[in-house]
Amino acid sequence: MISYAWLIPLFPVVGVLINGFLGKRLGEKSGFIATLMAGLSLLVVLLIANEMIFGAGGKHTIHLWEWIHAGSFSVSLSFLIDPLSTIMLLVVSGVGFLVHLYSIGYMHGDPGFPRFFTYLNLFMLSMFLLVLGDNYLVMFVGWEGVGLCSYLLIGFWYEKKSASDAGKKAFIVNRIGDAGFLLGMFLIWVIADTLTYQEVSQVTSKFAVTINVLGIETTYASIIGLLLFIGAIGKSAQIPLYVWLPDAMEGPTPVSALIHAATMVTAGVYMVARTSPIYVEAALAMEVIAVVGALTAIFAASIGLVQNDIKRVLAYSTVSQLGFMFMALGVGAFTAGVFHLMTHAFFKGLLFLGSGSVIHALHHAPVEQQQDMRYMGGLKSKMPVTYWTFLIGAIAIAGVPPFAGFWSKDEILANAFFSGHTFVWAVGSIAALMTAFYMFRLIFMTFHGEMRVDPHAREHIHESPFSMTTPLILLAVLSVFGGIIPGFPPEKGWIHDFLAPSLAKVSQVTHHSSFNLISSAHAASADSGGHHGPEAIYLIVLAIVIAVGGIILAWSMYGKKSNIPDQIQQKFPGLYKILLNKYYVDELYQRYIVEPIYRLMKFLWNFDAKVVDGAVNGSTLVTVLTSRVSSFFDLRTVDGAVNGVANFVRFFSQVFKFLQSGMVQNYLLAMLLGVFLMLSAYLLQ
Amino acid sequence: MIPLSHFLTLGAVLFLIGAAGVLMRRNVIIILLSIELMLNAVNVTLIGFSRQWADLSGQVFAIFVIAVAACEAAVGLAILISLNRDKTVMNVDEVNLLKW
Repeated sequence: MISYAWLIPLFPVVGVLINGFLGKRLGEKSGFIATLMAGLSLLVVLLIANEMIFGAGGKHTIHLWEWIHAGSFSVSLSFLIDPLSTIMLLVVSGVGFLVHLYSIGYMHGDPGFPRFFTYLNLFMLSMFLLVLGDNYLVMFVGWEGVGLCSYLLIGFWYEKKSASDAGKKAFIVNRIGDAGFLLGMFLIWVIADTLTYQEVSQVTSKFAVTINVLGIETTYASIIGLLLFIGAIGKSAQIPLYVWLPDAMEGPTPVSALIHAATMVTAGVYMVARTSPIYVEAALAMEVIAVVGALTAIFAASIGLVQNDIKRVLAYSTVSQLGFMFMALGVGAFTAGVFHLMTHAFFKGLLFLGSGSVIHALHHAPVEQQQDMRYMGGLKSKMPVTYWTFLIGAIAIAGVPPFAGFWSKDEILANAFFSGHTFVWAVGSIAALMTAFYMFRLIFMTFHGEMRVDPHAREHIHESPFSMTTPLILLAVLSVFGGIIPGFPPEKGWIHDFLAPSLAKVSQVTHHSSFNLISSAHAASADSGGHHGPEAIYLIVLAIVIAVGGIILAWSMYGKKSNIPDQIQQKFPGLYKILLNKYYVDELYQRYIVEPIYRLMKFLWNFDAKVVDGAVNGSTLVTVLTSRVSSFFDLRTVDGAVNGVANFVRFFSQVFKFLQSGMVQNYLLAMLLGVFLMLSAYLLQ
Repeated sequence: MIPLSHFLTLGAVLFLIGAAGVLMRRNVIIILLSIELMLNAVNVTLIGFSRQWADLSGQVFAIFVIAVAACEAAVGLAILISLNRDKTVMNVDEVNLLKW
């Protein structure tokens, strides 16, 4: 079955072609076609995963064709099926199929219905290419493809200015990251002479060469790692390029669930995990990743504390959770990072689809109130399925055992702690507390308390249709069992054995002997699994305390009637304002990046208009003037000479021309006279 | 016996009549006829001298001239006809394509 892996991206291609060309005629039938194609892909993925998990496993390359061949440079379109891509395929096709199913209900009645499903299938195709490719170039094609689909789907309701602006923002911010990815890829090629993962992993010694850049002793691996990480920062919304993700919530909610929570934004995590053979040689890059991840986790979580838009809370939560994943990668716990990627796809997909269900129910409310939690409340009894599934998702992300999020998040924090990254661990723990708090703030504001919905919209509130609740229930099941089954017991679970062939291990020597920013020197071994004695138990207990504590805190502030939030707001007005305005990062970017670029553009525009155009116009003027002179010279002197000769000839021929009268008789007369004269002269001599 | 001077006078008179016709008339046909007249004036002179000196070469010359005159008449009439087709003119003054 594994050799049929090419079928996985083929089905979405068929869907794209059918819906792209016949979508208008098919109307809402296009949704079923797209969902069918996603389902067929899922089926193939399940069959392959069955073979990989319960069968032989191993790594399989499916070579389709030689794509580029120029000199020593050669890239083929081939797919790699190994444990890592199997996990990614399961997540992408599983969540993707459920989101397709959900969208049939959610997008019902939208004029762009076929277009939506065309884009959605195109996204599936690109994402499959991204995770299936066996080399960086194929990954990059998928990488750009999902970026394009993200842009198209964020700006899906393009007639809304904010949506089309958000689409452009996402696209442009991602370009910055892509530049880093490209440079990293070039460097890999230059050093390793290959772009395939497997060949790269065989020549890691080439990457470990120490070089001196600007006075810092480092390795090629670190430079490549940092460049690739810039790509990951863009795609996976880390500091400082996370700004596009919250705005991406302008897209339809299923898109937010699929692309901006479960799959596309985790592409950066996948890429770093895929490049783990290089990263283990890149101590500097790893430290940077860990710190950036930790800072992003707490930064985004703190913004999420005070947001009122239900989708924005989830968006900042996504940014924060992606930070957790990078934290794991940075401390060398690649398995934990991929594990969290998987569980996060389940519960964050669930939470987004749940919020979509809420928004769907409120679509009779005024537009600006549909997503605002201050105008919700008390929806629990009206929408029981949505409520219970949402609650499961919230518990999972908060990290309460035995739900999915606990297992992966706990592994990340434990790995950070035991690898000596105490700072990262502390920041991550605080971010985890915030996570539990803002999620349950969201639950209490949306589903509990008195109803604050616009009176006209109240009677329209209803549970979502079957096609929408089914994915919720399935994802809720995954959010419950998706962590404990592969992840128990902690750090020794099945997923560690399964992923081991795909991910490199950090050897402590390379990791700690060289440039080290934060970690303490007396580091214990990372990712070595469960031998940490009582400390590990303390950590687990602490994690549970943090999760439950966050929930209780949220309940005491928002669950029961209280004025604590208002009091805090009044006590720290500055802090509240900063958080509500997202640390003014957008404004800072606007002020210090966008506007200077804009001014530079204005300057260049003026330079172009005045200097370049001036030079062009000036040279035109000079040419015109010199051509005037030369045309004068030509007309008067050259033509004058020619005409002068002609006039001279004409003048002197004036007299003689009359001899040629054209009348034969004149000539004859002249001839006769001549003869007469000659004869006369002869005779008279 | 007719003296030679009569032949020569007749030839000279005929030649002058022909030359005057060629120079003064404008009709192409008349001009051609005048040319014939000039040629025949020359023939009369040739025959006169042939008889005077009892030498037949003058008569042979005259027959050559008649043959050439016939050719000339054929070519001349052919030009005349094509001229007439082209310009429907008979007047030589209007045939001045070779003028400056």
